[in-house]
Amino acid sequence: MISVKHLKGIHVAHHKNTAGSAIIPMPVPEKVYIPMIQHIGAPNQPTVSVGDHVKVGQVIGDNQAPVCAPVHSSVSGDVVAIEKFMTQMGRVDTNIVIQTDGKQETAETVVPPTVTNKQEFLKAVRDSGLVGLGGAAFPTHIKYNPRNPEDVDTLIINGAECEPYITVDHMTMLAHAKEIVEGTANALKFLSIKKGIIAIEGNKPDAIALFKDLTQDIPEIEVFELRLVYPQGAERVIIFETTGRHLIAGKLPADVGVIVSNVNSILKLQQYLDTGMPLVSKSLTVDGNLIARPQNVEVPIGTKIKEVIDFCGGTTGEPKKILFGGPMMGRAMPSDDLAILKGNNAILVFDEAFSTMNPETACINCGRCVRGCPMNLMPTVLAKAWDRKDLETLKEYDALSCMECGCCSYSCPARIQLSYKIKLAKGMVMDDLKAQAEKAKAQAEGGKN
Amino acid sequence: MNIKDNHLIVSSAPHVVNPVDTTHIMKNVVIALMPALLVAVYVFGLQALILTATCVASCVIFEGLTRKILDRPQTIGDFSAVVTGVILSFNLPAGLPLWMAIIGSFVAIVVVKQLFGGLGQNFVNPAIVGRIVLFTSFATPMTTWPVTNRMGSVLWNSDAANATVDTITGATPLALFSNAKDVPSNMDMFLGTINGSMGEISAAALLLGGIYLIVKKIIEPTIPAAFIGTVAVVAMMLGFDPVFHICAGGVMLGAIFMATDYVTSPLTTKGKIIFGIGCGFLTMIIRIFASYPEGVSFALLLMNILVPHIDKWTKLKLNGIPKGGGK
Repeated sequence: MISVKHLKGIHVAHHKNTAGSAIIPMPVPEKVYIPMIQHIGAPNQPTVSVGDHVKVGQVIGDNQAPVCAPVHSSVSGDVVAIEKFMTQMGRVDTNIVIQTDGKQETAETVVPPTVTNKQEFLKAVRDSGLVGLGGAAFPTHIKYNPRNPEDVDTLIINGAECEPYITVDHMTMLAHAKEIVEGTANALKFLSIKKGIIAIEGNKPDAIALFKDLTQDIPEIEVFELRLVYPQGAERVIIFETTGRHLIAGKLPADVGVIVSNVNSILKLQQYLDTGMPLVSKSLTVDGNLIARPQNVEVPIGTKIKEVIDFCGGTTGEPKKILFGGPMMGRAMPSDDLAILKGNNAILVFDEAFSTMNPETACINCGRCVRGCPMNLMPTVLAKAWDRKDLETLKEYDALSCMECGCCSYSCPARIQLSYKIKLAKGMVMDDLKAQAEKAKAQAEGGKN
Repeated sequence: MNIKDNHLIVSSAPHVVNPVDTTHIMKNVVIALMPALLVAVYVFGLQALILTATCVASCVIFEGLTRKILDRPQTIGDFSAVVTGVILSFNLPAGLPLWMAIIGSFVAIVVVKQLFGGLGQNFVNPAIVGRIVLFTSFATPMTTWPVTNRMGSVLWNSDAANATVDTITGATPLALFSNAKDVPSNMDMFLGTINGSMGEISAAALLLGGIYLIVKKIIEPTIPAAFIGTVAVVAMMLGFDPVFHICAGGVMLGAIFMATDYVTSPLTTKGKIIFGIGCGFLTMIIRIFASYPEGVSFALLLMNILVPHIDKWTKLKLNGIPKGGGK
């Protein structure tokens, strides 16, 4: 096999307009709407009732299911409603609506935790309500506690921030470098991991220099400069670029001896260890060609999108697309009436010209999608197989290995939504695998009788 | 701010695209073909320009009409018909009667391209088939070269057996090499002050266009390098002058502009290398052993047909999967 040095990718205009905009805390809104599902896993159950008075950092939703992260109040005030609503993903979820009193009193439970061993550390991570802040929102305490801890030798701190427009991780790194290094050192110590790698894309030389300076006396932490190729921040890509290990679909990072955490996650972790204040606010980049004052803001979780936009001066025209996250992998919101969640890192608002996609034309077989795919897939083959619902070809060409980074769609001169088609195709393959597994199970049971 | 919910566009990521689209690509190919057209006009005079204009106009009109008759979305705006027109004219002798050129355009656009579903669906290069149909239907006019005095003025000589004809079309390379007087100098061959099909004469102009396309990232150098490299190696192995074989006939035009046609070339780098080597090898085999004087068209045609198979043979392997599969 030809050994590759780097995974393929694409060059995307960075549009880091807000680089240099320090993170401004946003005032507490009148009401916050805190959803019970802000992570991958079991939904939380409200632990407060309508009429209860809550304080900042107080647990308001929890669930003892193994894969779950508790939710805390981001404000002090009174619970005025517990109501069902439709999430950004189209699921039905429960909101706890809190009328704020503006005092922002801290809950009595907010005290620095005692952490002396791995068990206490993992409990602290869970109590902090941390989820992967790079966007996937997987509960961090589960990620830090893999089935095979003895195999894990590297902790990668992801400071790539390869999505265009978003600068909030960059600004966070500049403002909180010391805490991030401390958090990394703590995670290494309590999880018994030998090596930490803080990986930052080369377009943030100031952050790289700062971390190099701070870690020069810490031999177990290395600062790694990533290339300027999207998607360096994708988990499988950053693992390969920093360690040379391939993470294939269906495996967990721990299977290749790695745990990956976002810089913001590690910062929030360290802040929890220092103060006991759980994850109640999230810093975001607010940008896009319609935002009057693009900037980085720190908002209480549960603040509605429209209030964040208003805080940034509102819009200069009629918005046609609102994104949670960057333009490559972010999700288009159906409304500005949704609340900021733990996993959000940007709100981007665009006008009609930006939002309107050109119609799809014929595939000319140019191979740009093939040359751009970090996973070495052949997107055009997959998309054509999806068009004719050709399950065999979808499986043969490894549809399930797609990580939906969007490089193929971005590169396509025929404007074919390859990544979207492959996403749909993955669903088809998954359904088929499930059906086959059930069939095999039924046959096995039938054989016994 | 208050947005009515149904006013927002909700679509799947990514929400940005590379500004390079199909039209941009095709326009750049047309630009890259211009140096060769300029040389053709310099060597053959205005008739070359008229021939190209006729081919382009007829290709675009045929494309527009077919799409209209078939009730398909109009595609003349993507410039692919313009590219086909220019390349087809480059494959014709400058003095070809215009009505024949129009037949070539019809074959290329209507028969090869649109009847198979339009851009992206044709399994062979339209211009190549246009040329081959004309070549087999009108053998004499298709091998009647206006003889140039290498200073730009054109003399007419319809004697197909003229010695210069063989020189250009490479009919009997062995004979040419035994009679060195008839072979133009390599410098003349490179610059293109020789005769032949109107667009293929100047290796320098075609190379310039190729470099433009590579710099603009429209094509990758893989196929041209494999094609031209193979021609040179086979020529040397058989004891011929490789520079002569590269500059003669349609090798440069074929390698840079026709073998790199996305639709009819493989997707992967490995596939492109196989394809380029195949084109070069077949070109030389036909030139030397077959009864046709020039092999580029048929080599391309045969390799075009093999592309789906090459794509299958060269399916990419996932990163991190050891050789021989495994889960």
